[in-house]
Amino acid sequence: MKVIIIDDEPLARMMVKEYLQSYPHISVVEECNDGFEGIKAIQQHRPDLIFLDIQMPKINGFEMLELVDDPPQVIFTTAFEEYAIRAFDAHAADYLLKPFSKERFDKAMQKLQQQATNTTKEIVDTAMLSTAQNNRIVVKDNGKIKIIPVAKVQYLEAADDYVKIITAEGTFLKKKTMQYFEDSLPPQEFIRVHRSYIINAQLITRIDPHEKDSHLVLLTTGARLPVSKAGYSKLKDILGI
Amino acid sequence: MALNIIPRRRIKLIFFTAFFVWWSIWALLQIMVLEDFGVSASRAIADGVISNILLAGTCLLVINNMRYYLPKHEKYWYVLVITFAHSLVWLLLTRVSLWALYKSDPGYMSSLSLTSYIRYAIAFLMIGCCTVLSLLWYTQQLQEADSQRKIDMERLAREAELNKLRQQLQPHFLFNSLNSISALTGTQPEKARHMIQQLSDFLRGTLKKEEQKWTTFEEELQYLQLYLDIEKVRFGYRLQTNIDCEEDTLQMKLPSMLLQPLVENAIKFGLYDTIGEVTIFISAKKVNEYLEVAVQNPFDESTSMPLKGTGFGLSSIKRRLFLLFSRYDLLQVKKEAEQFITIISIPPEHESNYN
Repeated sequence: MKVIIIDDEPLARMMVKEYLQSYPHISVVEECNDGFEGIKAIQQHRPDLIFLDIQMPKINGFEMLELVDDPPQVIFTTAFEEYAIRAFDAHAADYLLKPFSKERFDKAMQKLQQQATNTTKEIVDTAMLSTAQNNRIVVKDNGKIKIIPVAKVQYLEAADDYVKIITAEGTFLKKKTMQYFEDSLPPQEFIRVHRSYIINAQLITRIDPHEKDSHLVLLTTGARLPVSKAGYSKLKDILGI
Repeated sequence: MALNIIPRRRIKLIFFTAFFVWWSIWALLQIMVLEDFGVSASRAIADGVISNILLAGTCLLVINNMRYYLPKHEKYWYVLVITFAHSLVWLLLTRVSLWALYKSDPGYMSSLSLTSYIRYAIAFLMIGCCTVLSLLWYTQQLQEADSQRKIDMERLAREAELNKLRQQLQPHFLFNSLNSISALTGTQPEKARHMIQQLSDFLRGTLKKEEQKWTTFEEELQYLQLYLDIEKVRFGYRLQTNIDCEEDTLQMKLPSMLLQPLVENAIKFGLYDTIGEVTIFISAKKVNEYLEVAVQNPFDESTSMPLKGTGFGLSSIKRRLFLLFSRYDLLQVKKEAEQFITIISIPPEHESNYN
């Protein structure tokens, strides 16, 4: 069984390695300092299990998992992360609160064998929705990881299983639903004006009537986007017109 | 609160002396007026003394009443009614007493009857004045007590808030440090013991510092060093520090635990916003009478949020400075070539709100 440990504190990784010594069938194939190394290592080694810290440099543990297409089983290790813990509890996933004992560690390992793998995605979604960390979006761009502060997002457009994120620097894709972004982005700043569009309210310059019951919104960037009837009433509410 | 400085007993003494002198003069005047109108000396004296003693007594009664019952609404009606009724009672009492003394003298009795209205008018004026003055006096006393209480409450709230801000210890820091110790126990028990020692000293520092509110910069630096040592064990090679302080700053004073949150902030954003080795620069110099400390950490402009104001976790430090010095300009942030610099200027102790 292949294991990767991802934690920015060397001593914390050492601790997990030490506890793993009593599991002869497990081998630690790599240790990572941060999420970037983590993604690379996961793609390279395809581990069966990862130990993942949440607070890490640049991107946190959840953001890293979002970018992994087929995540392995995860045991989260964290010192104190109120929101995250709520997310784990909601999905009955196991997590280790630092510092943890060998007994607690063994229990998590036992539990692992009974647990189904497909819950990881759901945990990540719940955690991302409830963390205060929603002021940025992390995407993969040609194999590179890109962090986009939400203020730099112009609008979002639905594209089948993906959502297109349009910024001044270019368009990025992320495998999420429009509903997910509608829920996680700050509601006063990002408005879902249409089934397929969420716009940055800061950039609105004009709203023109279009065919019956619908409008067109013009952004400062020059983009013209459709506004549905429901979207128009939302716009009126938020902009106070 | 100048009035509170004079002790109560003295105020009372002054009041009664003035009151006595005032009524003596008033009685003397009345006696002289009566004599001018042809009332015999003995009668004029008796009249003057009796009516003024009674009038003074009535006034005292009114003043005393005001102490126990201060009208909040319809103040002016209250004054009018009280004055009207008390003047009437006083007139009756004076008439009865003088009648008892001099009922055998029809000449005096008729002059007494003739002057009833003017006597009533004088009494009305006097009692009215006393009522209004005492009303004003007691209302002012009440307001003073009120504002004093408000000031006390604000001070207490401010102290409580300061205490809270001072004690803000990140649970993250504590639990991660404990985890490091736990990890060290297995392989390097000596190091683990050393770190327990450091952590204890650090925690003891946070507890002790509550009492003594100002410390020397040297002490604060030692405390900071302790904190940095613990963080270095946690983050290993990634965290480097560079401390550069001018000699004459060491003996300067500053509110305790003011710098640690600043450095904690720098470490947090330095380490979590970038990858690889991070150096935190701390420098201090004396500018006029102010102690100026700069903390510098690297950051990544492209991924950090556009800053709103000073942004980051500096708001609580800013709040603390405001509570201490009533100033908002003591904390400044600068961004220079991927470096985030926080500069704090600490005024001398005598400029603080607490000394």
